[in-house]
Amino acid sequence: MLSLNHIQVTAGGKRIIHDFSHLFERGKIYAIMGPNGSGKSTLVQTIIGNPLYSLSAQSSLTFNTKKLNKLSPDKRAQLGIGVTFQSPLSLSGISVFQLLRLALKDTDVIKLYDDIEKIARELKIKKELLERPLNEGASGGERKKLEVLQMAILNPSVIFFDEIDTGVDVDSLKTIFSFLKKYRKDKTYIFITHYSKIFSYLTPDETLVMKEGRLVKKGGAELISTIEKMGYEAF
Amino acid sequence: MKTKKLTFDYKYGFSVKSKNVFTAEKGLSEEKVRMISQMKGEPKWMLEKRLQAYNFFLKEKMPEWGADLSSINFDAITYFIRSTNSQVNSWDDLPAEIKDTYDRIGVPEAEKKFLSGVSAQYESEVVYEKVQEVLVKQGVIFCDMDTALKKYPKIVREYFGTLIPYSDNKFAALNTSVWSGGSFVYIPKGVKVMLPLQAYFRMNAQAFGQFERTLIIAEEGSSVHYIEGCTAPIYARDSLHSAVVEIFVKTGAKVRYTTVQNWSKNVYNLVTKRARADKNATMEWIDCNLGSQITMKYPAVYLMGEGARGEVLSIAFAGEGQHQDAGAKMIHFAPNTTSRIVSKSISKEGGRTSYRGLVQVMPGALNSSVFVSCDALLLDEVSRSDTYPTMRIKNNESTIQHEATVEKIGEEKLFYLMTRGLSKIDAETAFVNGFIEPVVKEIPLEYSVELNRLIRLEMEGSIG
Repeated sequence: MLSLNHIQVTAGGKRIIHDFSHLFERGKIYAIMGPNGSGKSTLVQTIIGNPLYSLSAQSSLTFNTKKLNKLSPDKRAQLGIGVTFQSPLSLSGISVFQLLRLALKDTDVIKLYDDIEKIARELKIKKELLERPLNEGASGGERKKLEVLQMAILNPSVIFFDEIDTGVDVDSLKTIFSFLKKYRKDKTYIFITHYSKIFSYLTPDETLVMKEGRLVKKGGAELISTIEKMGYEAF
Repeated sequence: MKTKKLTFDYKYGFSVKSKNVFTAEKGLSEEKVRMISQMKGEPKWMLEKRLQAYNFFLKEKMPEWGADLSSINFDAITYFIRSTNSQVNSWDDLPAEIKDTYDRIGVPEAEKKFLSGVSAQYESEVVYEKVQEVLVKQGVIFCDMDTALKKYPKIVREYFGTLIPYSDNKFAALNTSVWSGGSFVYIPKGVKVMLPLQAYFRMNAQAFGQFERTLIIAEEGSSVHYIEGCTAPIYARDSLHSAVVEIFVKTGAKVRYTTVQNWSKNVYNLVTKRARADKNATMEWIDCNLGSQITMKYPAVYLMGEGARGEVLSIAFAGEGQHQDAGAKMIHFAPNTTSRIVSKSISKEGGRTSYRGLVQVMPGALNSSVFVSCDALLLDEVSRSDTYPTMRIKNNESTIQHEATVEKIGEEKLFYLMTRGLSKIDAETAFVNGFIEPVVKEIPLEYSVELNRLIRLEMEGSIG
């Protein structure tokens, strides 16, 4: 589904990712873990098309056989690749209603509003946060929830969750994961995280460990407890 | 009164048969000023005012500040009224870009013809009559200035030129000498007009005149919302537009004056607008400047009575070759008065926006409260924005707040929007619309919808 072959990424003239290859399959759950600075976020940003990151010419990045290298971020999103950001920005003057309306131009507006409100209720997002400019006055946890809401409405087939757990309290985390579990269907979830807590809600099919811009280890869910016990020194 | 009979020709054609008088003649002279007054059949005092103003206009220097007005050639401009309403003689003469914009922002067929002046009257005569019915019942007067001078000379004389005398500035003098058309609005005591009054509804004069003169009088406790202009671009053959608007808001009354200006890009739009707010009165100017090559406009409120409130919310958008020099003027004469200025300007492709504001708090205006916020958005490296805020505060018992920001569309924010599937243009448009939102939300819905679409077209670069 999402195929990475010999991905090399540079930013600001510096090589951050050296030769990363992996195939992310449809309907599976992945964990990407690694110490700070290992390139996890860079990998995600590269896949979604952040202009700050450059792929080398030899890098092959395809989604359902469609080559992504030169595609703009919006085209990649429209193909079905989604992301929840680590530190979602606030957007002055644009509410989540307006944002999603613009993203889904041909949808029935009334139905869209109803869907947004319904999902907001399930995720326990305060109604006023929907009407205000996106993320204005929202806590870290609320911002993460609004990211999840957007993904639920846009419904991409692959979602990268970049540190969905940081800055989120215990109850909110439970709410988010009940939701993600309930509505997963056959979507591919890829979690970038430092901690194992979230995997008590959803068991990954595969765990990837990154270190210094490389994929250093692949394994099943059991890899997570190894990391918990021994840290990243072992890899 | 049958509106169908009130065509342009009727008003001016009753004494002069020959069409020659109406042919376009360039340049201005005392003789021409006299002719304008005579054609309109005006009282002597108005002719005298025109002549005094004309003499002042001749002597007065051009302003040495503001936009570059050096290419105005007064001798090459026509000051006469046209023989027909038409700015163009047929739909085909209208520049392609204007026709195109009408289509893109969804202007209905009938409206297109009216806006371009091809059709002499807006086709909703029924609406016009209904509106007049309601207004007449309330004792409200709403007509064009030429008619007002004929029907209500006493009121006009009492107020005309008292807030903006011809000596105020060279262009006020020009307007006073050659003015034609514009609106006259009179709201009696205690009457609250629920329906926004729009210049469209005047119907019996040029839709958008070159030298309009508007007078609004809101008696004690009354309220009205007046809207002028429109979002669709208006093609004007004549390139100098100089209007004067005087508004009197009496005790406890409220007036909101909304302008959406989108003159074609050959126009110099130099306007003097001023309101006087008495005790506990409220005056709100909502000012949007999108078109014209050069705009100089500083809606003002003189806060004369205790507790008076003045507000100016403005948006200026300058694209290639445009300079919007706009702002506000607030003068606090009385104590416990409040003023608020919110200015949002956007420049792209070399356009230039300037915020020029004056806030003056006189010694006796104790316990005044002033808030000024001017935000500029620069969409690229070649565009320009300036701020010239002046504050003259003459007492120590007032609260003054001034904020100014300059920003460009954050790359990060654009990227964020694009990861949600918005194209780059949609993302930029969303950003710009979000930027002007605090002002746009005060504009009536139909206008704000068109405004948003216009912004999108501007972002696409499809408007010339």
